[in-house]
Amino acid sequence: MRIDEKLALDAFKTDKESHIIIRHEICRKQCTTKQCLFVCPGHLYSYNEELDEIVVEFAGCLECGTCMVACQDGAIDWAYPKGEFGVQYRYG
Amino acid sequence: MDKIDVVIAGGGLAGLACAYRLADKGLQVIVVERGDFPGSKNVTGGRLYLMPVRSLAGDMLDDAPFERKVVRERWSLMGKGNSLNIDFTGEKFRGEGHSYTLLRARFDRWLSEKLMGKGVFVIPKYRVDDLLWEGESVAGIRAGSEEIAAHVVVAADGVLSFMAEKAGLRPKMTPKNYAVGMKEVIELSEEKINDRFNVESGEGCAQLFLGDVTQGIFGGGFLYTNRDTLSIGIVAGIQGLMKKAPPVEAHALMDAFKEKYEIKRLIDGGKLVEYSAHIIPEGGYNGISKLYGNGIVVVGDAAGFALNMGVTVRGMEFAIASGTIAADTIVAAKEANDFTAKALSDYERRLQETFVMRDLAACREMPEFLDNESFFSYYPDNFPGFLEKIMWFGDGPKEKIGATLWKEMKGSGMLSFKRLKELYNIRKI
Repeated sequence: MRIDEKLALDAFKTDKESHIIIRHEICRKQCTTKQCLFVCPGHLYSYNEELDEIVVEFAGCLECGTCMVACQDGAIDWAYPKGEFGVQYRYG
Repeated sequence: MDKIDVVIAGGGLAGLACAYRLADKGLQVIVVERGDFPGSKNVTGGRLYLMPVRSLAGDMLDDAPFERKVVRERWSLMGKGNSLNIDFTGEKFRGEGHSYTLLRARFDRWLSEKLMGKGVFVIPKYRVDDLLWEGESVAGIRAGSEEIAAHVVVAADGVLSFMAEKAGLRPKMTPKNYAVGMKEVIELSEEKINDRFNVESGEGCAQLFLGDVTQGIFGGGFLYTNRDTLSIGIVAGIQGLMKKAPPVEAHALMDAFKEKYEIKRLIDGGKLVEYSAHIIPEGGYNGISKLYGNGIVVVGDAAGFALNMGVTVRGMEFAIASGTIAADTIVAAKEANDFTAKALSDYERRLQETFVMRDLAACREMPEFLDNESFFSYYPDNFPGFLEKIMWFGDGPKEKIGATLWKEMKGSGMLSFKRLKELYNIRKI
């Protein structure tokens, strides 16, 4: 099963605003490893070559925080989604 | 502003256990939970070892919605293309309620309902955004536009604990001290689970996998039987994932695990119903945060209370115990009407008298010991390999078993200084 199909099995309540803000200037200036592309269990990060920007599909976030821990450059401003939003596990 | 006694940030096991004890002692307590209900943001592997918390928990866990009592323990060393298993069961494990599998959305929700029955306010759908301060002392929390003033704030907001961070009790998180767990819940009939894992109804199996499942990265696989679901997953050290060359996508480890011959048959015909991920503290004793400040204590994962001993992984009983002990400390602080760091430091002293700090302290060398690729590639590759050589009959005559073993042990470097040193280092853990 593809990862996006797996995520589609989960219950999400999606906020309009993202709870993950990427500071592109830090990615461009400092980051050589782009860990976020690999470490995210939801595989939600991608690189947009045209814009030279990291893009995150925050709506599928499992709220583990791995990206924030792995991004040692501090380019990922990460907060939990506001109350009522985000993934709602039915098994956990 | 009028203060209540205690506000708890986070309705996981640590927060709920704390609230339970506080309510029993007659203190006013509010639990603030960001999910739709307690448990909706939580993930466990997982199982709870009941014995260590049985006396501390009192009647809290009576009638708890456990999934299965674990009576069978399995460890698998996964080589490249082969595997070696240890399968353990014992009368003692089958007889006593030693450890139980559970699912958090069910379990924590049940506990929160029990709490509400005691008159505790558990407020869901509110994210705790910030701490309130009075000078140098924490004086409550802010959640959205709501403020709750309290004599003590309990930071029970999980492994990422933003509240412990805001209180200056926890340093920045480093990749070395944390692992990411990915888990799938697979629906399978109760009968099939009983048959495939060789257990009776109500009995379960817990299995850990080491080796090729993480492609040499610190971590491993796990498989727990629930009543009519399986919890299966991969844990990988974040630093190990970051250093992996060529890089591997975390979720791909999970997929590859399920494709293994050893796993495929066990989950065959099952229906995937949920995919989750969560970070796990792996720093052990040295990874514990500062546990108290003026008007604040830190409990459970937020404090870094988790213990990976390679062959066992524990977390939830540390959460329950630390929450309960924090509550006892707060009760004493209230009697003395002193909520300063000095008064609350008694929390750490009390913890030191229990398994929470004792087990963690006794295993303080463990993270360093396990931070060794040997355990995740060399041994899991070689031990099944020895068996393969012994069990395989090829063309022509077979060499003697002892001679084969000797040759393999020498050839694989099992008798090298490095390996003997690893063996010698076992005494430290």
